[in-house]
Amino acid sequence: MAKMFGEKALELIRELHRSSEGTLPPYNDDTLRQVLEEMRALYEENQKDVGATVAGEQGLFAGVQFRHASLERNKRCLLAYLYNRIQRIRTMRWEFGIALPKDIKENLSEQEVLWFNKYSKGLGDYMKSIGDAGLDLTQDMQPPKSLYIEVRCLVDVGEFETEDGTIILLKKNSQHFLRRSQCEHLIRQGILEHIV
Amino acid sequence: MADENEHEEYDSDEEVEMTAADVLLKLEEAWLNEKFAPELLESKSDLVECMLEQIQQMEENLTRCKKGDFRIIIHRMELDRIKYIITSYLRIRLSKIEKFVHHNLEKELNREDSESSKLSNEEFVYAKQYADNLESHLKSVAIKHMPPNLQNFDKDKTAPRPNLESYIFLKVTEDQEGVMVEEETDEHENEIINLEKGAQHIMRYKPISKLVENGSVSLI
Repeated sequence: MAKMFGEKALELIRELHRSSEGTLPPYNDDTLRQVLEEMRALYEENQKDVGATVAGEQGLFAGVQFRHASLERNKRCLLAYLYNRIQRIRTMRWEFGIALPKDIKENLSEQEVLWFNKYSKGLGDYMKSIGDAGLDLTQDMQPPKSLYIEVRCLVDVGEFETEDGTIILLKKNSQHFLRRSQCEHLIRQGILEHIV
Repeated sequence: MADENEHEEYDSDEEVEMTAADVLLKLEEAWLNEKFAPELLESKSDLVECMLEQIQQMEENLTRCKKGDFRIIIHRMELDRIKYIITSYLRIRLSKIEKFVHHNLEKELNREDSESSKLSNEEFVYAKQYADNLESHLKSVAIKHMPPNLQNFDKDKTAPRPNLESYIFLKVTEDQEGVMVEEETDEHENEIINLEKGAQHIMRYKPISKLVENGSVSLI
């Protein structure tokens, strides 16, 4: 079966394209290595042909051009794959906070985790530098509709102290009427559920 | 409105040329402009800082109030709304800075001293750090392992750039005469239009980008 150059690289792109926006498929190290291997092989063929042309052989130029185009295509697909994964991981910092859920973290490569931590740190430094006391930009992500909201607790958490000092017992299925700004991050983590 | 009470209480504290209500209006305008403009606009960090100070003062005052006072609820809602506008404004800027990071840094490095910067100092630091992080990731994971002649990472060619030709809605805040609008098609030459105060239009962003900058139109 005739193989086309750039097929493996396209597989990576398809994998991302098929997965839905908020999800991240596991880091496909295998396919990535195969693409790099293909690039290495193409390059070596080209080196051979260039050497032969210098030595006087004719008619090799088309082949060299063709392989070079495949090399560029592979490079473009790889960079697009990596860049788009980074975009999704970036969104997760805003959705989940500094600590990623375990099942999502499993899908990241080591370097992507490293990128995520550096991104988190950069973001944290920036937020601290706003105004006098810093400003947490990951709060107040929705326009406020009301001051207090009705929430139901989904998990047993125990005691929770509100802003004005009152202590609330967060037991599973208990309902509370709390300040929206205090519940926001608990709702995002899945501990509380907003009752509409 | 709650705003009037606020500015009576805090205006005397500092030598402000605008009342707190004015600052908030300007901030809202900056927020909407930033939201609808395809490129990063000038940083209004002085408005943000001023508003943050106001919020701090308001919160302090509220803690001193008698608990159960009805007005506390109204004021807290107001504070929540203002905090939302501020955080949304800064978030929109951050996402544009990240999306067009190379373009923005390039503009910043090439600008003349007379032009003002689109990035605040803190945003510049953030943009640099983000660009470095991204570049070192791509280089160490992929580019380093590629054949030698492909290892150049030409950011100028591959960087995403904002689409200045996108269409936006605008409202005219000050009369403008003789605005030059180039037609997309080759048939018409540059067309000159007059913008009347209060009128609303839909057009490409590029011809009116300067007008957004100086405040004669605002995006809606």
